[in-house]
Amino acid sequence: MSFAKNLRCRECGRVYPLDPVHVCEWCFGPLEVFYDYEALKGLVTRERIESGPPSMWRYADLLPADAETAVDIGTGYTPLIRAGNLGRLLGLEHLYIKNDCQNPTWSFKDRVVSVASTVARQFEFDTLACASTGNLANSVSAHAARAGMKACVFIPADLEQGKVIGSAVYNPTLVAVEGSYDEVNRLCSELGDKYPWAFVNINVRPYYAEGSKTLGYEVCEQLGWRAPDHCIVPLASGSLFTKIYKGIKELFWLGLVEWNATRMSGAQALGCSPIYDAYSRGSLNIRPQKPNTIAKSLAIGNPADGYYALKVMEHTGGAATAVTDDEVVDGIKLLAETEGIFAETAGGVVISGLRRLVQEGKVRKDEVVVAFITGAGLKTQEAVIPALAPALKIQATIDSFEEAVAARDLAAAGERR
Amino acid sequence: MTTKRVKFTFVQGLIKEPVIWKLAKQFDVITNIRRADVTDDRGWVILEVDGDADEIERGLKWVEEQGVRVDPVYEDIVEG
Repeated sequence: MSFAKNLRCRECGRVYPLDPVHVCEWCFGPLEVFYDYEALKGLVTRERIESGPPSMWRYADLLPADAETAVDIGTGYTPLIRAGNLGRLLGLEHLYIKNDCQNPTWSFKDRVVSVASTVARQFEFDTLACASTGNLANSVSAHAARAGMKACVFIPADLEQGKVIGSAVYNPTLVAVEGSYDEVNRLCSELGDKYPWAFVNINVRPYYAEGSKTLGYEVCEQLGWRAPDHCIVPLASGSLFTKIYKGIKELFWLGLVEWNATRMSGAQALGCSPIYDAYSRGSLNIRPQKPNTIAKSLAIGNPADGYYALKVMEHTGGAATAVTDDEVVDGIKLLAETEGIFAETAGGVVISGLRRLVQEGKVRKDEVVVAFITGAGLKTQEAVIPALAPALKIQATIDSFEEAVAARDLAAAGERR
Repeated sequence: MTTKRVKFTFVQGLIKEPVIWKLAKQFDVITNIRRADVTDDRGWVILEVDGDADEIERGLKWVEEQGVRVDPVYEDIVEG
């Protein structure tokens, strides 16, 4: 069962019942789910979790919804792999990759939407809605289908085809919005006020965001009930970043892991890096930006949780970094070529960001480092196509094959000279 | 009557301008500040604006023309 107790304002601390609300009526601060931690202590044990299902719902006690009523399409408990090849290349002795590409709609968004859709159904909403640059739209469409709810998803008109199809196949009302990013954002906030829908990233956001904590829980469990020394997380709204840390802290409060002073570092694409910008200025205040990057899933110009992410970074001694679009592509290729994992652009940001942090001495080589790969590469193929070697075109003969290989090797040797 | 919750983000140079006072003076709207953070070089204010919907729109457009960024209180809604 769930031990969610109430919602609390992150700014003024006012308490609200567990309703579909997301801002404090008093100060307009964001609301967060608060649990009955006293009741959870002693009840939630490693054994209890280990005997649960092989999905994110093994941590249902720590989520604001019950496992029995969960809208579950098989999300979570994704692989944590030891990345020896990439680690050697970057000079890290204990590098792990949390491969969240392996969720049902191929991104970590299934975690948040599984919780949001479960709660939305409990609140008797009939429509699940979102505004998204792709991954969230895919997940909302899939979960609505599973839950027997209607879906209405808003996407920018210039989205990658893989992400459009990844929503359309579940047959939602799919709306491609012409207009600037700010216009799309404004429209969706107005729709959220007007329509009685569960807008996953508006009125059920406090519940939705809690789903990300499961990434923190899983990593600790998969490391043998040990918190990592350093997490490298992609930064968009900043919510994922803060919730992974909340997950690690909760396991410590419950006595399931020892306190390890985990450092939290984040990566953005330079074309949309308001959190990195504030970090570089030594400020906790975000200056909104107009996004212009191939890493569209991270392109949030005015991040709702940017301030809180910066606080976590400051508190844990972590750092922020930002990488160019060329580095994003390099990062995707590097992860694929060393570990066999094809990530979307956000993964390229994380890998190239990690490389920068290592070069700047901000990640120590003996730390247990976990890099979070949050979405799969097939969704953003356009980003890497120009950087890939073309197929060797041959006739169906051995001679033709060997000629083509020799010609390729010769060209490669020429490039090296 | 409509109520709108908005966040104004000010950049350096505008911080000393009484933009919110002028908004209430020049347009038929009531402003009610709920939360704010202002430093030497920048600042933001979260406030509620009450009034006729068209008048609020006109007023907020004027605020933007002064160089202040105006956002819905939710900050960014569009997610990855």
